[in-house]
Amino acid sequence: MKYIDYSLSEILDLLNSKKVTAVELVNSCFEQIEATADLNALNSTYKEMALARAKEIDEARTRGEKVGALAGVPIVLKDNINFLGTKTSCASKFLENFVSPYTATCAKKLYDAGAIIIGKANMDEFAMGSSNENSAFGAVKNPVDNTCVPGGSSGGSACSVAAKQCFAALGTDTGGSIREPSSFCGVVGIKPTYGRVSRYGVVAFASSLDQVGPLTRTVRDNATMLNIISGKDEADMTTSNTAVPDFTANLDKGVKGIKIGVAKQFFTDQLSSEVSTTLKNAIEWYRQAGAEIVEVDLPSLDTALAVYYVISSAEAASNLARFDGVKYGRRAPVYKDVVDLYFKSRTQGFGAEVKRRIMLGNYVLSSGYYDAFYRKAKRVQKVIRNEFNKAFESCDVLISPTTATTAFKLGEKSNDCVAMYLTDIFTVPINIAGVPALSMPCGKDSKGLPIGMQIIAKHFNEATIYQVANAFETAHKEEK
Amino acid sequence: MSWKTVIGLEVHSELNTNTKCFCGCKNEFGDKPNTNCCPVCTAMPGALPVLNRDAVERAILMGLAVGCKINNYSVFERKNYFYPDLSKAYQISQLEYPLCLGGGLEIEVDGVKKFIRLDRIHLEEDAGKLIHTPHGTLVDYNRGGVPLIEIVSKPDMNSAEEAVAYLEKLRSTLLYVGVSDCKMQEGSIRFDVNISVNREGEPLGTRTELKNLNSFKAVMRAIKYESTRQIEELEAGRPIIQETRRWDDEKGKTYAMRSKEDSQDYRYFPDPDLIPLNVTNEYIDSIRAKLPKLAPQRKKEYMEMGLTEQDATLITNEREYADFFEKVLSYFNEPKFVCNWITAEVFKKLNALEEDDRKINLNPESLAQMLKLYKDGEINQAGARKIFDILWENGDADPNELVEKLGLKQMNDTGALRAVLEKIVNDNPKAVAELKGGNEKTMAFFVGQAMKATQGKANPKLVNEIVRELIK
Repeated sequence: MKYIDYSLSEILDLLNSKKVTAVELVNSCFEQIEATADLNALNSTYKEMALARAKEIDEARTRGEKVGALAGVPIVLKDNINFLGTKTSCASKFLENFVSPYTATCAKKLYDAGAIIIGKANMDEFAMGSSNENSAFGAVKNPVDNTCVPGGSSGGSACSVAAKQCFAALGTDTGGSIREPSSFCGVVGIKPTYGRVSRYGVVAFASSLDQVGPLTRTVRDNATMLNIISGKDEADMTTSNTAVPDFTANLDKGVKGIKIGVAKQFFTDQLSSEVSTTLKNAIEWYRQAGAEIVEVDLPSLDTALAVYYVISSAEAASNLARFDGVKYGRRAPVYKDVVDLYFKSRTQGFGAEVKRRIMLGNYVLSSGYYDAFYRKAKRVQKVIRNEFNKAFESCDVLISPTTATTAFKLGEKSNDCVAMYLTDIFTVPINIAGVPALSMPCGKDSKGLPIGMQIIAKHFNEATIYQVANAFETAHKEEK
Repeated sequence: MSWKTVIGLEVHSELNTNTKCFCGCKNEFGDKPNTNCCPVCTAMPGALPVLNRDAVERAILMGLAVGCKINNYSVFERKNYFYPDLSKAYQISQLEYPLCLGGGLEIEVDGVKKFIRLDRIHLEEDAGKLIHTPHGTLVDYNRGGVPLIEIVSKPDMNSAEEAVAYLEKLRSTLLYVGVSDCKMQEGSIRFDVNISVNREGEPLGTRTELKNLNSFKAVMRAIKYESTRQIEELEAGRPIIQETRRWDDEKGKTYAMRSKEDSQDYRYFPDPDLIPLNVTNEYIDSIRAKLPKLAPQRKKEYMEMGLTEQDATLITNEREYADFFEKVLSYFNEPKFVCNWITAEVFKKLNALEEDDRKINLNPESLAQMLKLYKDGEINQAGARKIFDILWENGDADPNELVEKLGLKQMNDTGALRAVLEKIVNDNPKAVAELKGGNEKTMAFFVGQAMKATQGKANPKLVNEIVRELIK
């Protein structure tokens, strides 16, 4: 077994018992990165910086100093997370050469815990997309089948973890951008409760929906990562004061007595029969393991996608307005005046999907349309949120498929944006409600592509999600 | 039917917090460009705003001072527009739910009092500044993110004089409350004027908005020009176009900048990075307790000390005057005497300065010492003025030393004065006769002569007494 075949938790044990050094781990990750370069998972790598940091950590460990909870573990950040001195391109031509002047809170917490940042992951431009084909630096390929998409927008993060280039990655999730690629690549990814993880230093797409979360190869790894990055941040007013428990504490408690909610709105005709069957089998396993299965109703679930495209596009249009060519990033080489500078820089710097969302967002906010779109969407958001809260009165978690199908082919939906948007129908409502949800593999289809199961809990109840997820993972270890 | 002018004012005032409204950068005018900046106020990707509680407190203080209702719930919104000095391409402001609502101020023009209602006061951030050079335009973001309050009046003013009286009162109140330094030249207080005209009894006319008004004088002239222009347009049968007009101070005219049609759609929406601002009644009360004594209360107190209403009004017009007055009184408790000197001599000095530079450059203790010497007859008025001039220039000067050094001590020696005056009386029989005949003005002649003979040191009161004795 190679070092990279171990999970993050296993490798931590090896590091702490000095059976492996951080330098060795960094080197083996870089060997794997080179071997799997054709997947196009990473936009930039930092081998020298990583080795220097690894050496520091190894030396600290040798001297018997107290080291952080992740000391020596190589990780990858999505390319929209600032880390001082690294490029943060958001996979956009606009920020192609942008070097972070500061570090995001979540990255700082990982760094302080001893994690070694080895690279920045490819993504859909400014996190807008579901297939990672909207990257200015080329599509990412699915490591399970390289003719398929890895999902998006955190496709690079999911791919890098699945391809064993690193032990964990951070992604961001606005409407499914962690969970959908996790599902397609067969890894574990969580979208924490809105307000759980600081967004400071994470390039905003839709501020009221964005949330940072880890992608890992196991549930335990995921909980270990979330432990580090969670918590109130004075630099982000939308972070919550809610106490952060040890997310690994309940992992082995099993599911006896746990109430699992199933909503028919998650099991629609759009679901492929293989996904449907696999999910039903998983739910049946839970029943046999002692969980109680209850039916719940989420009558407004199908409105979430519309609500999402109004709210997220409105916020995106405003958030992306700062990319104007004046201060940093791309500036058109030739322009007549300042308006022409804006126009040309933005026309040249942004890709088609980003432009589409900016136009959509400005439209729904414009005078005369605000009430019909933005205000109404915010009102419907409340309805959806209340339905989730009500559902959680009768269950501890909800289980649904993460996506209706397994990974689709590269190019299959790239000319049909509505088909692409529909990929997110099961993940988007979670962001609209602000609740946490995790995607984990629960089987494979006939082509061998991973099928994702989504476990949803009420606000700030990630610990229960991990408990439920780990029970399934532990029982199905052999099949993996 | 006669024309009526209707005026509403929007006043932007920078709050004098230590740090900016949404980040920890220094709020300081005049520093080297782009030195008071961070990822937040330069809109680096991923940076987030954090509300400065001190800015909220100051905005509430001002709201309480002018009788606003402080809203327990208010919301920051994004006002979206592109301009190079606006780093995020949106300004964080308030629209639907402002911090303060209602309230108002009483003004007085030509003895007529009038209450001007406020619509609202809201909190927002300032933009940076463009610097035009021969090599192109540069941006300084030092001012970007500095907290501002926007004070919006109802259209309750009907003349340029009323508008300026309102602005003066508002500025005075801001200074009393101590939340802004109100320096027009530094742009820490700025005004926009909304103005329309209509015939008496008819509905309001179409309004125009005037920009680039950098002094009270400019506001006065611009309103007069613009109301005349609108009346002339209407009388010539041309409708008023709703537009923004720029005041050209040199030419004394307003020019169309942009019409309503090409005005921008700001696409306001609640800023998702900032949670709604909830202020409790307890919090508001704790701020109310910090409210300094304002003009009306001080005026009342001063009148109880014996000042006339007119004097009490003058000395409370600005907090600086009232504070100074009280400081001088703490050393020399003669309210009327001190007030007279301030309203006559100090104000004369101030009026000679530019509006922004009107600061009392005096050590109150020194002034008190000087006034005491004057009141006690140790020096006369001419001497007092001489010392005052020196104190104004040099805060460290010591009045007692100056009296010695300049030989200003009054001649209070009755014997010596009598000798001098005996000679003057003897030499001027004609004047004696006139005075005896009841021409009191002749006394001035004797005082003048006595001053001449004593190099200005004679105590005029004593001169008066002795002359009358001598001619008996």
